[in-house]
Amino acid sequence: MGDFYSYFFDHLPNVWSGLWVTIEATVLGAIVALALSFAFGFMANSRHVLVRGVSRVIVEFFRGTSLYVQLFWLYYAFPLLFSYELTPLFCGVVAFGMNYGAYGSEVVRGALNAVPKGQWEAAVALNMTPAQRMRRVILPQAWVQMIPPFTNLLIQLLKATPLLWLITAADLTTVIQQMRDRTGETTWAYLTLLVMYFILAYALTLLMNLLERHAKTRLGQHTSARSLLRSRSAESAEKAEVAQATGGGG
Amino acid sequence: MATDPLQKTNPEDRAPETAAGHLVVFDQVVKRYGDHVVLDHLDFTVERGQHVTLIGPSGSGKTTILRLLMTLERISGGLIMVSGKPLSHMAGPGGSLKPASEKYQREIRKKIGMVFQQFNLFPNMNVLQNITESPVNVLGMDRAEAEERAEELLDMVGLREKITAHPTQLSGGQQQRVAIARALAMRPEILLLDEVTSALDPELVAGVLDLLREIARTTDITMLCVTHEMNFARDISDQVLMFDSGRVIESGPPEKLFGDPDHERTREFLSAVL
Repeated sequence: MGDFYSYFFDHLPNVWSGLWVTIEATVLGAIVALALSFAFGFMANSRHVLVRGVSRVIVEFFRGTSLYVQLFWLYYAFPLLFSYELTPLFCGVVAFGMNYGAYGSEVVRGALNAVPKGQWEAAVALNMTPAQRMRRVILPQAWVQMIPPFTNLLIQLLKATPLLWLITAADLTTVIQQMRDRTGETTWAYLTLLVMYFILAYALTLLMNLLERHAKTRLGQHTSARSLLRSRSAESAEKAEVAQATGGGG
Repeated sequence: MATDPLQKTNPEDRAPETAAGHLVVFDQVVKRYGDHVVLDHLDFTVERGQHVTLIGPSGSGKTTILRLLMTLERISGGLIMVSGKPLSHMAGPGGSLKPASEKYQREIRKKIGMVFQQFNLFPNMNVLQNITESPVNVLGMDRAEAEERAEELLDMVGLREKITAHPTQLSGGQQQRVAIARALAMRPEILLLDEVTSALDPELVAGVLDLLREIARTTDITMLCVTHEMNFARDISDQVLMFDSGRVIESGPPEKLFGDPDHERTREFLSAVL
């Protein structure tokens, strides 16, 4: 134990740089994933069969192929085909973004469809344009429904970042692996890694809970301060459904 | 009422009437869902300023008429005219009619407002925002002016003190009164009322109906109501249409229709609901 931690604290700058790569990959991957979630989610609700089809094919492709293989393909196969080498971080952001964007598009599509139809009808009756209906009425209500599943996907994305190790990006896992190799302290190295990922994941959960609370307050639903500390659970998902059902019926 | 927020429309501002002078014309209107025929070659007309009530058994197509007028449903056949213009059709090549574009529909929809059974207030906005959203963003009204008018309308519906409340903080009756104010804020010429008291607790019904009577009495808005409240229908209507199986089987002034209906089916229906 002593060996590992003295090495760990002597090489804190390495830890920080590994942590930074992990955070970078998570945040950039999440931004790409969010953008793609909305793009494919809206496309899936399009009136045009071709647009729906394109979205369907892309989503199914990225959901149906392994993230692990996608990373390998981008990093090792892409340069052979196009004689252009991508940086490991770039490959990671693209693969995470596409993969979780594919899952996220289902979240967006589902949440848009879950807004009661009467809301759309009222917006038509008030003569709003299609864009106004979406932006002012449907999206603010759907957004609240999207946050809990988005939180799950974000945490999953974070937990997928150790795959970067396989394509030589020096992320947190890579750095701690190296320390384990130097010190031979397998137990403590991996325990440290577990704790660090847990802290990262929990910080993300808190952040997303705050976001959810903010969005709910705008819909006139109030949440207790205690629920902020709670990890995503079946209970809160259930509560969201109940709130939606009662909200819809007036 | 101290102020009259509804200000009768200036006659000069009005669109020219159709040759026959009808505000709304249903001409051989058909609405089908798959094989199920809801409206079967329906003909009727509504005159400007009239209060028309649609009565009849559930599933007879009354609500579908309002939903067609609000362009929430697509027409399957026939023609609906509002102020002499086709509602869901526009001029196509060679004088033919083709389905209306969104832009065309928005132009004609300006004249029409609707109040729903389930209120459908926007939960992401407070009462004031619900009322001012479309006057500001659709009609392009100045925000201060829209808010002033919203306050007048809230005075009229008796909910001035709820101006910053969220829809979730209001009772059903209060929500419906806000929904009525919201519809009136768009200054519609035609107001569609779709079973507006059906989702309310019994003790809240009277307040909403009194408000609608007041609106019917003090404004020149043309009203089309679908209702199961026969006393209300008798009070406000100039014309009552009795529906059955997608057709008007009898129509007339309320005294005649409620007092001495011609049709056996009407008599049966009235004795069941009165």
